[in-house]
Amino acid sequence: MSMGAVTASSKVSTTVRVGAWIVPAAALLLAAPFVIDPFQTLTLTYGLIAAIGALGFNLLLGYTGLLSFGHSAFFGGGAYTVAFLVKYLKIASMELFLAGSVLASALLSVLFGYVCVRYTRIFFGILTLALSQVLWSLAFKFFWVTGGTDGLRVPTPTLLGAAPTDDKMDFLVHRYYFYVLAVFAVCVLLMWVIVHSPFGKALQAIRDNETRAEFIGIRIRRYRLIAFVISGIFTGVAGALWAPLNGLASPDILVWTFSGEIVFMTVLGGFRTFVGPIVGAVAFTYLKTYAVGFTVYWQLLLGTVLVALVLVLPTGIMGAVEQLASKWKRAS
Amino acid sequence: MNLLATQALAKSFGDNRAVDAVDFNVSEGEVLALIGSNGAGKTTLVNLVSGLLQPDSGQIIFAGADVTRQSSYERIKVGIARSFQIVNLFDQLSCADNIALSIFSREGKTAKLISLAGSDRAVWDEAHDVLRRFGLDRQMAVPAGTISHGERKLLDVAVAYALRPKLLFLDEPTSGVSTREKAPIMDVVTSIVRSGGITVVIIEHDMDIVFRYSERIVVMHQGSILADGTPDEIRRNDAVTTTLIGSYPTGEPVQGGTGHAGS
Repeated sequence: MSMGAVTASSKVSTTVRVGAWIVPAAALLLAAPFVIDPFQTLTLTYGLIAAIGALGFNLLLGYTGLLSFGHSAFFGGGAYTVAFLVKYLKIASMELFLAGSVLASALLSVLFGYVCVRYTRIFFGILTLALSQVLWSLAFKFFWVTGGTDGLRVPTPTLLGAAPTDDKMDFLVHRYYFYVLAVFAVCVLLMWVIVHSPFGKALQAIRDNETRAEFIGIRIRRYRLIAFVISGIFTGVAGALWAPLNGLASPDILVWTFSGEIVFMTVLGGFRTFVGPIVGAVAFTYLKTYAVGFTVYWQLLLGTVLVALVLVLPTGIMGAVEQLASKWKRAS
Repeated sequence: MNLLATQALAKSFGDNRAVDAVDFNVSEGEVLALIGSNGAGKTTLVNLVSGLLQPDSGQIIFAGADVTRQSSYERIKVGIARSFQIVNLFDQLSCADNIALSIFSREGKTAKLISLAGSDRAVWDEAHDVLRRFGLDRQMAVPAGTISHGERKLLDVAVAYALRPKLLFLDEPTSGVSTREKAPIMDVVTSIVRSGGITVVIIEHDMDIVFRYSERIVVMHQGSILADGTPDEIRRNDAVTTTLIGSYPTGEPVQGGTGHAGS
């Protein structure tokens, strides 16, 4: 078989495989607000936002092999950028919020990344953790700027110039939901292209073997920094979308346990697959929402789930699904 | 003409002078074997020339230019490539990906963010061609971590070869491979590099391989060059035979034997 035929057939099968996923998923997401109750839609919105953050996070963990324990800094950075734009510049446009958070998280991640990508493994993780805690303590201490533990209020924004409707719940579960869904779709597409680009391949090469990557001429530190910045921007955008939904930017999203949640959802979904973080983020959001409603010991419940997960599904939800699918394929 | 020349190159690890004022020359187009017992400084020399280590003193001249202070990245760009003694591959990526990465890197395309790697037909055609020449085309879509050791050794060389270097260091290309598999691997490797006009330096312990495939042999001992000559000259060199106990005193190498230098 010629090379052309191989690529062509694998391309077709990839398209079919991807399409078999995307079409029903998109249909479900588009129909959701008309089918499920508003509270569910709200939870789903939180889930999609978390998914954008987890996608960004996983560019580092799954594709570059760097475990960041400081992604709360970018999520919080994005959310606080929105709050500052509201408080100090009286801006209400969601597009400007997004632009501002991209800029702010890019700046922040260049700064953090410049320090952190000099190291790998646990040293990298600890550094990201330490730097994010610095940001948290700033938000905590400079209360006259940041509102301290009270945080800063974020009102509902204008979307594409259209003012929010009076019924806030209706606005959030319809217009805002679709806005988030659109941004989510763009982010997924963008990330998919990035991880399948030559650059994405180079990141995976660095993950697998940094010495060899260096000896085929890849500038590993520079590439890690670029990955870090892209990752930070995605998570920052998630923070910006989260702020109006939550109505408040507060230090809880800057604290390191929130970074842990981002790690958790990515591992839950499976960091070895592209869709893993998305599935994990939505699943985690539902899990947490119900755990919080179900018991005051919700953290205990989540902890138990995590332990069970590592023991039973070490490759996450999507890893397990893939294994089942390949078993089924072999059997048929 | 010398493609590579080191001048009084030195590197110590503590009190151990791993490479001690070595003048090492490689002529363009030759297949040179670098031999010596374990700890003689062969790999350190290669690490210095390829940029993995920085020398304490001395100079490295490559293609007429001083590359002593250049980073490994810059040295790859001017045409110095290497394979590794312990196989160094991108284990989770397919064999084709492993080769394609070298090609993307060589063509300066790895910085491309918003384009699909899979759509660059020329790169994949070349990657497939390289795999075919190394006899690995059946493993094209298989993760590099799952193929046999012998195939991994070949792929390791192929990854370096795909950079189209001027000078290629092969650090024990047949280590850990059964005696029966060694010659086929070396046949493939040497015929490919010869046809590509690539200058090759092979580090090897197996004397059969060394005498059969190299045009010139440089013998290292305790950080210095002990001897330098054609295979015949080296075979007759008394200093070499007394130093490398266990290798051939005189005469022809035994075909298919397992002679090891000093190990």
